[in-house]
Amino acid sequence: MTRKVVITGLGATTPIGGDVPTMWNNALKGVSGARTLEDDWVAKYELPVHFAARCSTPALDVLSRVEAKRMDPSTQFGVIAAREAWADAGITDIDQDRLAVAFATGIGGVWTLLEAWDTLKEKGPRRVLPMTVPMLMPNGVAAAVSLDLGARAGAHTPVSACASGTEAMHLGLDLIRSGKADVVMCGGAEAAIHPMPLAAFASMQALSRRNDEPERASRPYDTARDGFVMGEGAGALVLEAEEHALARGARIYGELAGTSVTADAYHITAPDPEGLGATRALKAAMFDGRIQAEDVVHVNAHATSTPVGDKPEYIALRAALGKHVDNVAVSATKSQMGHLLGASGAVEAVLTVLAVHDRKAPVTINLENQDPEIPLDVVTSARDLPAGNIVALSNSFGFGGHNAVIAVRSV
Amino acid sequence: MASSNEEILAGLAEIVNEETGLATEAVELDKSFTEDLDIDSISMMTIVVNAEEKFGVRIPDEEVKNLKTVGDAVSFIAGAQA
Repeated sequence: MTRKVVITGLGATTPIGGDVPTMWNNALKGVSGARTLEDDWVAKYELPVHFAARCSTPALDVLSRVEAKRMDPSTQFGVIAAREAWADAGITDIDQDRLAVAFATGIGGVWTLLEAWDTLKEKGPRRVLPMTVPMLMPNGVAAAVSLDLGARAGAHTPVSACASGTEAMHLGLDLIRSGKADVVMCGGAEAAIHPMPLAAFASMQALSRRNDEPERASRPYDTARDGFVMGEGAGALVLEAEEHALARGARIYGELAGTSVTADAYHITAPDPEGLGATRALKAAMFDGRIQAEDVVHVNAHATSTPVGDKPEYIALRAALGKHVDNVAVSATKSQMGHLLGASGAVEAVLTVLAVHDRKAPVTINLENQDPEIPLDVVTSARDLPAGNIVALSNSFGFGGHNAVIAVRSV
Repeated sequence: MASSNEEILAGLAEIVNEETGLATEAVELDKSFTEDLDIDSISMMTIVVNAEEKFGVRIPDEEVKNLKTVGDAVSFIAGAQA
């Protein structure tokens, strides 16, 4: 008998809200977190992209100065989200040897790495801070969360580019099902709004260049979509063995019914145009959760707003769900908060859990002329989801051909 | 320019406060960095490098282990400035 895993705590800091209630409220309203960047480095380096979606609440409004000094910005966001999720779960008594962390990032401490390199060049090796290594390492966020919570059943860092946050959920489910932990703090964090990553993503033509209208730049499924908008932030979810949650009378948001990870083995960055890897991931997650296509009422799509990315996901959804895909309410929340890279899957998992729990699908903004090749039922104003047993899926795909899917079932 | 011991202590206290959040008044001459102020080796190195910049001195790595108390650091910096 497979252990059932439920979600009992949620946390987030994002471009459309510095905590879960604010983010969720905005996600149902439909707002944009994208803004013109006022930083002098935009002009200094003549960046082709002048905007991004920064966290609406600066980390220093939440953390103490001394705390923040020892953390890369990505870790700051991760710790903020994890603390909110932990407080939300209300766990007061825990065997720390049975508490694990699975906290992902796409890039890790890129600010720390590049600032240390600037310091080395400008001031010499003596001025490179001794905390540089623990701050730049990609496992820094998982390690910081583990320290913060006293989690001793392993602190893991799945890294699979923009699928990382969803892969953390996959790992978390596995850790509990296999009996290695009873509770897992899952999540993803990213802070890469720095001139170098912006230049690099722009160089590969992945970013929108709608510099005069940042709020309208992220437009998944729209015929005028021209790339993603760089976001930042973190999402966190407390996964818990059902019997553990029931024993302490916990509030249960939903069941993490199934997860999956596949690889395209097709191209290092381009999605398989036939969406075969994504199809296998969707089918595998549904099989894992014993889910029929008809159970699925909502999908939080990966939908980054790139010309080439959005369509293969549609093909995969149709292949996995068949005709029933026409009855599924699809939300592309990157339209609101941009693409949080390795954090996106975690934040979208939080949104998916809330969609199932509150029975409301969040809004896709900026859809003016839907691409006729992507005939999905896209949610453009907040929509109620049906009563009864329902399932929602969340997809994430990453450079490298990574595909990850989670399925959340109502309880 | 050489600083007085009081100026060095005050400057050091600011650096310690910046790194650890400890109140500047807690940074007294007889306090041990590790035992009393709970400063780990990584923070200590950050404090040393910041003190080098602030006071225009060089504190060799092999010297750092001899700086057990705040007073040791003040004396070393005063001597290096002289």
